Amino acid sequence: MRKTILAAVIAAVAGGAAVPVLADPPFDAKDPKYAPYIAGEKRSGYTFAEPETRAMQDDDFSNPGFLWVEEGKKMWSKVDGKAGKACKDCHGDAEKSMKGVGTVYPRFDPHANALLTLEQKINQCRTERMEAQPLKFDSKPYNAIATFVKHQSFGMPFAVQTDGPVAPYFDMGRRLYYERRGMSDVACKHCHEDYWGMHMRTELLSQGMPNGFPQYRLKWQTLGTAQKRIRGCFEEVRAEPYPVDSLENTVLELYATWRANGLRVESPAVRK
Amino acid sequence: MQTSITRLALAAVLAVALAGLAEAAPRKKAPERGYFDVSRMAPLTDQKGDPANGRKVAATKGLCVSCHVMPIPEQPDHGDVGPDLAGVGSRMQPPELRMRIVDPKVLYADTIMPSFYKSDLNRVKKGLEGKPFLTAQEVEDVVAYLATLK
Ligand code: HEC
Ligand code: HEC
Ligand code: HEC
Repeated sequence: MRKTILAAVIAAVAGGAAVPVLADPPFDAKDPKYAPYIAGEKRSGYTFAEPETRAMQDDDFSNPGFLWVEEGKKMWSKVDGKAGKACKDCHGDAEKSMKGVGTVYPRFDPHANALLTLEQKINQCRTERMEAQPLKFDSKPYNAIATFVKHQSFGMPFAVQTDGPVAPYFDMGRRLYYERRGMSDVACKHCHEDYWGMHMRTELLSQGMPNGFPQYRLKWQTLGTAQKRIRGCFEEVRAEPYPVDSLENTVLELYATWRANGLRVESPAVRK
Repeated sequence: MQTSITRLALAAVLAVALAGLAEAAPRKKAPERGYFDVSRMAPLTDQKGDPANGRKVAATKGLCVSCHVMPIPEQPDHGDVGPDLAGVGSRMQPPELRMRIVDPKVLYADTIMPSFYKSDLNRVKKGLEGKPFLTAQEVEDVVAYLATLK
């Protein structure tokens, strides 16, 4: 079906449609410079981004996300909470202890007996091990420590697990990924599986890979997490978003991250 | 056999959905026989569709241009998720265009295209629940507009 539609569109464009079709950002799967951003058929949102946005991400000095990495780095060795501990007191050098950790979340946590995002896991260490207040969703410190921890896995391929105790969460995530919702009556899969590479108004649809989170979004003028982006995609179709860290939003993050297995951690990425 | 049963079931669902709509615009009461046969789908209102307003709805509230290239040059940024609608009026008759807009899932279950006149949608944003995307008259206006694209 999709092929027929594509063919129809190509024919329409070739036939000289009244409205000019926007030029897409360059991408060539065979060009080795894109190798870090693809895995088989999977493509990072980087390959759908405008050249200026990519350039911003590529340079640590122009990438605004590094302000959060720097802030998180300071937090890592700062004592907080009644236990009088810093992350560093238990975890030592983050470059070693946190390396690869960002590639396996959302993950089933035996202590919580639940699926946790990386941000939730960090808050668990704060409340249970540091006796500190949990950081508030989307606050500067919340995003900073998560970006710092995630950045320690930069360039490593995602490898979230979907079996064992994760299986029921994964099944639920898949169900929600394929469920129609909102006034537009569409599912995640319609935009990110069926029509990536096509345009919805000015938006070039990507495969919806969350491998760059937490990421800086030009539209937000700030950095945010995958939980926030997924809620944004609900708004996009005029659907009622699920609450942050709800079971539904977390299993959706799991399913979306599993789709990105094999793609590399880009945090902090920069997107439109 | 299988398909006619599915059709009947769909028709029943749609009939319930449509019956539940409170509309400002006048509407015909009982759908006649064959109402849900695509080629015979009757108008949703008694008032004739207004193509000028239909063109406006297609470019704005209906979001048609976010997925379709349409001969509406003053509106920038047409999408290409769906086919170009230039000439659609010679490819399809009004009843089929109407069905396409009211509930395209009847024609293609897995389509990305919204159902513009269905009120039992899943998890609609608070404040918009129970409302169809477009009113019955807006659907008729868009059908009238598309019919002019020859
Ligand atoms: C109506 C189309 C549409 C639907 C439906 C949709 N999205 Fe998106 N999504 C977008 C657009 C547009 C963007 C921003 C451009 C891009 O990356 O495609 C985006 C971006 C994303 C991104 C970030 C990609 C990146 O590289 O930064 C993720 C992750 C994502 N979506 C997940 C989801 C999930 C999960 C769902 C279902 C709950 C969903 N989307 C439903 C349109 C959609
Ligand atoms: C009092 C010691 C202690 C402190 C302080 C502490 N943690 Fe932990 N943390 C642990 C232990 C022990 C584990 C491993 C057991 C578990 O998963 O809970 C752990 C696990 C983690 C994990 C999961 C690692 C994995 O492989 O899945 C992350 C991420 C983490 N901590 C981040 C932090 C951050 C960030 C801070 C500071 C805000 C912090 N921790 C503070 C003791 C601590
Ligand atoms: C989210 C994207 C989307 C939106 C919004 C959308 N459509 Fe479509 N439309 C499609 C796709 C995709 C097709 C191709 C057939 C299919 O997949 O159902 C299509 C097919 C059609 C067709 C059949 C065309 C043909 O030549 O076969 C008509 C007519 C049509 N749309 C009209 C409209 C109108 C009118 C609106 C606005 C009220 C609209 N569409 C909004 C995606 C969309």
